[in-house]
Amino acid sequence: MLRLEKLTKTYKTGDQALKAIDLEVPKGQVLALIGPSGAGKSTMIRCINRLVEPTGGAVMLDDTDLTRLGSGALRKARREMGMIFQEYALVERLTVMENVLSGRLGFVGFWRSFLRRYPQSDVDEAFRLLDRVGLLHMADKRADELSGGQRQRVGICRALIQNPKLLLVDEPTASLDPKTSRQIMRLITELCRERGLAAIINIHDVALAQMFVPRVVGLRLGEIVYDGGPTGLTPDKLTEIYGEEDWEATIEKVDDDEDADIEAAE
Amino acid sequence: MSDIALDDVLGKGWKKPPFVKRAWLRWVLIVGFVAYIIAAFATIEVDWGRVYIGLDRGWQFILSFTRPDFISRWGDIWNGLIESIVMTVAASVVGILISIPIGLGAARNIAPLPVYVICRGIVAISRALQEIIVAILLVAIFGFGPLAGFLTLSFATIGFLSKLLAEDIEAMDRSQAEAIKASGAKWMQWINYGVQPQVMPRLVGLSMYRVDINFRESAILGLVGAGGIGATLNTAFDRYEYDTAAAILILIIGIVMVLEYLSGIIRARVQ
Repeated sequence: MLRLEKLTKTYKTGDQALKAIDLEVPKGQVLALIGPSGAGKSTMIRCINRLVEPTGGAVMLDDTDLTRLGSGALRKARREMGMIFQEYALVERLTVMENVLSGRLGFVGFWRSFLRRYPQSDVDEAFRLLDRVGLLHMADKRADELSGGQRQRVGICRALIQNPKLLLVDEPTASLDPKTSRQIMRLITELCRERGLAAIINIHDVALAQMFVPRVVGLRLGEIVYDGGPTGLTPDKLTEIYGEEDWEATIEKVDDDEDADIEAAE
Repeated sequence: MSDIALDDVLGKGWKKPPFVKRAWLRWVLIVGFVAYIIAAFATIEVDWGRVYIGLDRGWQFILSFTRPDFISRWGDIWNGLIESIVMTVAASVVGILISIPIGLGAARNIAPLPVYVICRGIVAISRALQEIIVAILLVAIFGFGPLAGFLTLSFATIGFLSKLLAEDIEAMDRSQAEAIKASGAKWMQWINYGVQPQVMPRLVGLSMYRVDINFRESAILGLVGAGGIGATLNTAFDRYEYDTAAAILILIIGIVMVLEYLSGIIRARVQ
């Protein structure tokens, strides 16, 4: 469904962030992108929806090459791709509901969005999503009143209300505590399964990635150096991706059950 | 610096590295600055005899504040005040409305280069021309009266507000705006959702401040014939009616204080 062909990004400074990346993501597959800082994870995700302009190669979403689209067509294509951000990137002075509804901006006209008069179906869907992530009672709170985990859940609603085919997720747990991180990862993967969504999740926490996703892609200096299941990440492979370290503690299997009970109790 | 041994630095004390690294340059700058200050003060000529006489006049002026005369010229004062207030409000509204698009255009992170250059140019022109100069020019074109004052203040508001708004936009949080863009929003929607909420409190605060400035300026512009309370004040001075002048100044101070108080309340509300 999504195919990157020789995707290349060279910054003006001459730094090659992505070196001819080839990657295929089938429909409904959730994929974790791991790698050290500066490996090009963030750049890759942003090249897909062209928040960063790639300098070469193609991004095929179904049969459209996103890199060739004009600005109008690009906006239409962006509606198909929901994005979830590190540090949430909610508009802090808007309410939770406005933040969620902003995911519909690509579908409604300017005056509707300006006057906040969204179609009833959008409003209903926003309420449904907020209820799904357990934040219905927060709808009229301002985004900056929420805790980190709550904000990220609003961010997830904002991405999902676009009704996308693909989720681009940039370090969703980078500023969250370990327990909230797991809850967020579980929520994202569950929602992807419910809706048959494909997702690319940038994540620096290898153990967390192994816990939740069926496929891991390792990026190093702009090149793919690992592509396979979570169990194939041996110490050797991690050394190849990140450099020399003692990896035994990281890839230890973590028991997930007690944590699930806590969330169910909430 | 990594090859410094720990033993060498232990027990040595630590000082912040000086801002200017070369010692001789540092001392030249310090000595030069002090010498300049002394020389500058030395060139100020003061005619102490004139000051002595002037002190008396100044004292008269200050004394008149103890018996301000609101009554005998009340009609003129009232008309002047109304004219000033109308001028201030109209110029502020028009100026703010025009400066919003120019401010957007003058922010490098959201405007393409040609638009940026043009908008920065407008800002630079507006800021380079001092209000009094603009007012003299506009009085020459439109004649005496508040129209010239209104146009002057609108023009000055554009330079002030556009510049500060643009700087606030340039300092905004990129990721919030990026998130809106990623949803497929159109440009106007992006501004409305991604940018506006971030800069709104500052825009409101600056606008209130500008209303305040415009009112004070309107008192000055009268001196060059651009109408308002300044014209009344000028007449009072010309007639040596210091008590009426004092009344006017007290009113201006009062109104500025009220505006200050209001802007405080409003800014606290929009945070």
